[in-house]
Amino acid sequence: MNSSGLLNASLVIGALSGLPLLFRALCIITASRVSMIMLCGAALAAFAGAAGILGGFSAPDVYILSLQIPFGPFEFGADRLSSWFIIPISVVCACSSLYGWRYRNAAEHPAAARRLGVFLGLLYSSMLMTVMARNTILLVLAYELMAVSAYFSMTTDDADDSVRDAGTLYLITAHIAVLAQFALFSLLAAGTGSFLMPAPGTLAPAGGAATVLLILALIGFGGKAGIMPLHVWLPSAHAAAPSHVSAIMSGVLLKLGVYGLVRTLSFFSQPPLWWGVLFLLIGAVSGVAGVVFALGQHDMKRLLAYHSIENIGIIMMGIGVYCIGAATVSMPLMVLGLAGALLHVLNHALFKGLLFLSAGAAIHAAGTREIDRMGGLARRMPATSFMFGLGAVAICGLPPLNGFVSELFIYLGLFRGLQSATGIIPPAMAIAAPLLALIGGLAVACFVKVYGVVFLGYPRSAEEHAAQEAPAAMRFAMVPLACACVVIGVAPALVSIPLQAALSAVIPGAAAAPGLADLAPLTWVSGAALLLAVCVGLPFLWYRRRLAAAPLGSAPTWGCGYLAPAPRMQYTASSFAATLTDLFAPLLRPRRVLPRISGLFPRRSSFREHVPETVLEDLYLPLLERIYRRVAPLRKLQSGLLQHYMLYIFITLLVLLAWGRL
Amino acid sequence: MDNVIHLALALLMPPLLLGVIARTKALFAGRCGAPLLQPYYDIIRLLRKGSIFSEATTPLFRLGPMVTLGAILAALFLVPFGQHRAPLSFSGDMILFTYLFGLARFFITATALDTASSFEGMGAAREVTFGCLAEPTLFFVLVTLARISGSLSLSDMLAAVSCRTWLQEGAPLLLLLGALFIVLLAENCRIPFDDPTTHLELTMIHEVMVLDHSGPGFAAALYAGALKLFAFGALVVHLAFPVSTGNTFFDWACFIMLMLLLAVAIGVVESVTARLKLARVPQLLVMAIILSAFSALLVMR
Repeated sequence: MNSSGLLNASLVIGALSGLPLLFRALCIITASRVSMIMLCGAALAAFAGAAGILGGFSAPDVYILSLQIPFGPFEFGADRLSSWFIIPISVVCACSSLYGWRYRNAAEHPAAARRLGVFLGLLYSSMLMTVMARNTILLVLAYELMAVSAYFSMTTDDADDSVRDAGTLYLITAHIAVLAQFALFSLLAAGTGSFLMPAPGTLAPAGGAATVLLILALIGFGGKAGIMPLHVWLPSAHAAAPSHVSAIMSGVLLKLGVYGLVRTLSFFSQPPLWWGVLFLLIGAVSGVAGVVFALGQHDMKRLLAYHSIENIGIIMMGIGVYCIGAATVSMPLMVLGLAGALLHVLNHALFKGLLFLSAGAAIHAAGTREIDRMGGLARRMPATSFMFGLGAVAICGLPPLNGFVSELFIYLGLFRGLQSATGIIPPAMAIAAPLLALIGGLAVACFVKVYGVVFLGYPRSAEEHAAQEAPAAMRFAMVPLACACVVIGVAPALVSIPLQAALSAVIPGAAAAPGLADLAPLTWVSGAALLLAVCVGLPFLWYRRRLAAAPLGSAPTWGCGYLAPAPRMQYTASSFAATLTDLFAPLLRPRRVLPRISGLFPRRSSFREHVPETVLEDLYLPLLERIYRRVAPLRKLQSGLLQHYMLYIFITLLVLLAWGRL
Repeated sequence: MDNVIHLALALLMPPLLLGVIARTKALFAGRCGAPLLQPYYDIIRLLRKGSIFSEATTPLFRLGPMVTLGAILAALFLVPFGQHRAPLSFSGDMILFTYLFGLARFFITATALDTASSFEGMGAAREVTFGCLAEPTLFFVLVTLARISGSLSLSDMLAAVSCRTWLQEGAPLLLLLGALFIVLLAENCRIPFDDPTTHLELTMIHEVMVLDHSGPGFAAALYAGALKLFAFGALVVHLAFPVSTGNTFFDWACFIMLMLLLAVAIGVVESVTARLKLARVPQLLVMAIILSAFSALLVMR
């Protein structure tokens, strides 16, 4: 079977994988196992298909769906860019599906298991459909299906108020995004005369039209990806969802926003220079603000969600470098920027998937998402703790793991840009590079905080003493993700071939230009990994032997002579981040309830601090409140009666028909 | 041959800098001070000792100091010493150089949290906070150097700075050097940021993070600190005195002398300044960021 056949089969099997769960007659345990195997098989098939296309073993085919509705023809099929996005979709979905199979006991929660299984399969297939659509309206339809199935998967625990609220917020923002996409593609179709996607580099935007297109693309796809002022749905949605759904949402769903942006940008041959500068700015703002908000969080999953915003910021910076390169026709900038962005898409899917899966296991064991109530999980869950630690090092962009490679590409693009060109480009890049470094530094602070407080030290609450290691299937689900993080970090030359193939789908003429291997020191990165292994390995081996030979003792931690230390006296995550959150307080606007201490013998007091979703609570909600008050009379139109709405649709169609005939 | 000397200096010389700093401070205080080689004696004695591990710790506690040491050791392969190129240099190595210090910081702070001690938690929190404020300065310095030299490798970037460059681009280089020196003091926990000789756990930064290490593990932590000072020192010395005698051995001698001079300078700074209040430290680091941003701005003209 060729690659396209594999992908089509994967699409169908994935969509049908929830089917066994719909039969009440079937035992829920068997049904969930069959469903999991179907989804994993579908994902493996998609992986093989995408790898075939990227490796050049199989030519991308295009099919036409015969749907009898306007906007056709509905062409679909994976090209090299789609295939690059199919890799993370398939890997993360397969691992999450295996993990989810054991995450919750299906026999105890049959309703939740049925619902999750059905919508997970639909979510997978709609994501695959999104990247395979060659017709813009088909893309919007797939996007809509994806939004709805993601909504139903994330609101599995809808008995909880906060989960329902998070779901509603997600649904509203997802539909604003779809609205913007509809406008964007209608405008494009008005120019080209067809809803089929234009070939790369065939449109030349200018003036006001360019501005409108960019704004629509940013709302339609950027909002979905979670760029900074449009990210408001993201933290609560990721926190509310079951952990493996969070892994899919954060690892893959956001990336489809990036896919939409890259795809849209690929239509244009020479975008205005300010597009690139704007992307750099958006990237820097999302990156810095994302990680600063993450520092202020007390909820482990919300913290990881804010880190997704940070990483989307890094990806946007890569896209900015690409755009600046495209505007000035500089092939090295285009290649380095886009390669950095696309590789970071894959990398973030891998390590964020790993982090959400291991965090889910830790939360499950500790029975709380509050970082400051956890502690000491490394002793009880060594495997999970190791996986989280690996993911944490990778997400900080530290060598020798994969995050370093993609950030290196973006840095190289920035530094080349500030050397070569003149005008606005060098200052923009000169400011972007240190900001990227600041993001990296803050990420280290944040992940040392969460890893140290959650996994190291002593347990802070009684329930946690009973914490147990996750079941084997859940641990095994993390292994492929962890291995991929290491392999890409140690041998980046391996991914440079498929990456180069993906680049050629976006940059016309990339095949003839100097490739990634010439622009970036790929072999040196492997060499550095080896050097690091030697520099760490030799002292460590010597130390191990030394410890075996010398006398060893054990004692309590030094507490300055205090004789009754208690686990509650450990440093907390809030204290750990306090200096940094104070520094950024004007941005975070933390809500604090300070203790009141008065008199010689003050009474019991308490301190509370909470960093809200400031953009939502201090900007959007007051604004919406004011708009709502202004337009309240219009609400009379919303009667809630179905027949009224049907009448509205009829009248609208009538008016449009009359307008068309005139 | 040069690579062998590079490696030998990188491995053997760093503790001497600590000895020189301590001696300078002693002379300022009117004491005769410890022998210059005291840091070597300390490390050797610690290597021979047994170890005591806190009951709270996990295997990470044993791995941490070695990763920190290894990362800094790897970074030393990328720094050019004096007029000699680094053993390893490639386009983009300066990013690897800075990120290796990030790796070292990750592990030393995570190891500190492994002891469940609130003092070590405080130290780790300060280390990551000041570390991430020092990072942008280092990158502005790299931006300036990349712009001046037109190269993306640390050896070429520094080799491009010569006495001529000082005459042409004096202002940005001076700003850059000031910022880099502030970062050197902050990253290596010297006064005015941290007092390595203080005896109060509450106020320490680096020393408190390694409180629970003992024996060879503690030796590794001390040695890693000395190596880090040496790596930053080599950068500062190279930028401040880009002199070349033309003879390999004179160049090496020159580099060694300049490093010792730098150690004396650090000792003088430590003797004549008081330690900053902790709340003031971020302000000074932000000032260093602005200084280095100015220097980047000047070369963008």
